[in-house]
Amino acid sequence: MMGMLQMTGVRKTYSTGVVEVEALRGIDLDVDAGDYLAIMGPSGSGKSTLMHIIGCLDVPTAGTYLLDGTDVSSMSEKQLAEVRNRKIGFVFQQFNLLASLTALRNVELPMVYAGVPAAERRERAMLALEKVGLADRVQHRPNELSGGQQQRVSVARALVTDPALILADEPTGNLDSHSTAEILELFEELNESGRTIVMITHEADVGERARHLVHIYDGLLRESVPVATAGASR
Amino acid sequence: MMGWSETLRTAVAALNARRMRSALTMLGILIGIAAVMLTVGLGQGAQAQITDQINSLGSNLISVSPSQSSSGGFRGGGSTVSTLTLQDAEMLADPQIVPDVAAVAPTSSTSGSLQSSETTWTSTVVGTVPEWATVRAREVDTGRFFTQSEVDSSAAVAVIGSETASELFTTGSPVGQSISVNGQSFSIIGVLASEGSSTTSSLDDTVLVPITTFASRLSTSSSANSVSTIYLSGRDTESLSAAYQQVKTALLASHQVTSDSADFTVSTQASLVETATSITGILTLLLGGIAAISLLVGGIGVMNIMLVSVSERVREIGLRKALGATPGVIRRQFLVEAGILGVLGGLIGVGLGFAGAAILTPVLGMTVLISIPATLIALAVSLGIGLVAGVYPAARAAKLAPIDALRSE
Repeated sequence: MMGMLQMTGVRKTYSTGVVEVEALRGIDLDVDAGDYLAIMGPSGSGKSTLMHIIGCLDVPTAGTYLLDGTDVSSMSEKQLAEVRNRKIGFVFQQFNLLASLTALRNVELPMVYAGVPAAERRERAMLALEKVGLADRVQHRPNELSGGQQQRVSVARALVTDPALILADEPTGNLDSHSTAEILELFEELNESGRTIVMITHEADVGERARHLVHIYDGLLRESVPVATAGASR
Repeated sequence: MMGWSETLRTAVAALNARRMRSALTMLGILIGIAAVMLTVGLGQGAQAQITDQINSLGSNLISVSPSQSSSGGFRGGGSTVSTLTLQDAEMLADPQIVPDVAAVAPTSSTSGSLQSSETTWTSTVVGTVPEWATVRAREVDTGRFFTQSEVDSSAAVAVIGSETASELFTTGSPVGQSISVNGQSFSIIGVLASEGSSTTSSLDDTVLVPITTFASRLSTSSSANSVSTIYLSGRDTESLSAAYQQVKTALLASHQVTSDSADFTVSTQASLVETATSITGILTLLLGGIAAISLLVGGIGVMNIMLVSVSERVREIGLRKALGATPGVIRRQFLVEAGILGVLGGLIGVGLGFAGAAILTPVLGMTVLISIPATLIALAVSLGIGLVAGVYPAARAAKLAPIDALRSE
């Protein structure tokens, strides 16, 4: 199978005034199309930085990153915006829905930036909301929905552009156990229908639901370090 | 790429979500535009009114008035002696000297207390010749104007203005009646047609008598020869400036002065209009300038609110960027928001300007002239102010890094 995501020697250095912080110290990562990968790590391990680079929200200081066969490691901000729009569907911990828009309009948003015509946009957004089981909530605004429902709206938003990769950043971090189970079931369904998913989490029971699991620790990936050990040595 | 209709829809939704704030921001632009429109409108109204008044003096009118000569007492002797004389008027009636002048009417005037059989009244008494009616483009409503033979014989006859007539005689026609002017008895032979405009009432309140009668019976001047103003009419509008030059040249020659030391002033209707226009123009500019400052303050208000809006919506901007909004799209969205604030404020301001004009016109008794091009300019200016005020906030929004924007709480 073709590699959906190939990272080689990715480094990211932040300089905050005089101090240089090396958040990523050489990441090699391959994710095949149709895979479901969880990346786990404690806070300060560099997992947020990794998520930003996978999500094309930031570019690496060194190394190469191919997403769906395209080198995105040295793209301009405008090009990155287009890559995010077409290839990545985001699911955030805070849901990040726009409070003034209905569920339907929120799901339409990525297609607005892609320039999809209004009628087609509406149709596709309805389909995506149906897929996450919210067909009867399309005209509700985020504050009229439960946390689980809001997260399902944002999953619908991530799906609607038919992206190469769904990138979920702590998707269950703000949810109760019931909603967590619902969202994880939804991810499994999506993965079974062929979606590539990368999920960042710090919860072991969530991470273990994925097909593959990698740990990040001190800016490096470690295939086999148990979560408990990494947490204890911090 | 995001279409214009979507950008507009997003901007309107964002402004609508903060209705109160948007309305208050627009208020700044609104007041500025309305103030500029009203002050400029008032200025233009005043200008039109003054031009109107000057035009009603007669269309080809040239007037010669005395002015203080730099040669001191050389020509005169007493302060009541005018530098203009009947001989000047006679010379200006000569077609050999001033070919483009059609008629000449020397006038002398004084204030007169009038007494009719009913009441008393104070008005301006003018001594002149029959040509006065031609030169000043006035007509007699009832009765007739006095003739040259009445001038030659110093007849005690008077033609009065319509307002004077209504003040002195409440019943019956004044024609045929007699009045006393400064103690001298005159019989009324005609009443002038009204000029019609309320603002030119002074033109309707006057008493005209033959200039010879004026000199012998009413004049306070020590010289029977002096006149206060000589009115002339050009043959037509085209030759007016030629006539103006001829009059000036002839008078300079006969008074033996240069144009720097001239003891008289020649003015045409055009020169009066020009002077009045430049004065009201300066006033309009001054008032409009003060009003424009409030527009500027309104523009700063838009910029301020847009900056607040950007920092409040950092998370939204970050999300939009994560979902694929390019910096250009974000910049355009904020520019359009600021532009809408400007245009909407401008539109309401123009409406307020028209309403203000409709209210002020009867209240102040002044015409407020609001022109369509000025209104369109005001709208364009308000859009421009909105856009200029939006440039900096929009650039800040566009520059936000998506990760920093998403991270902020």
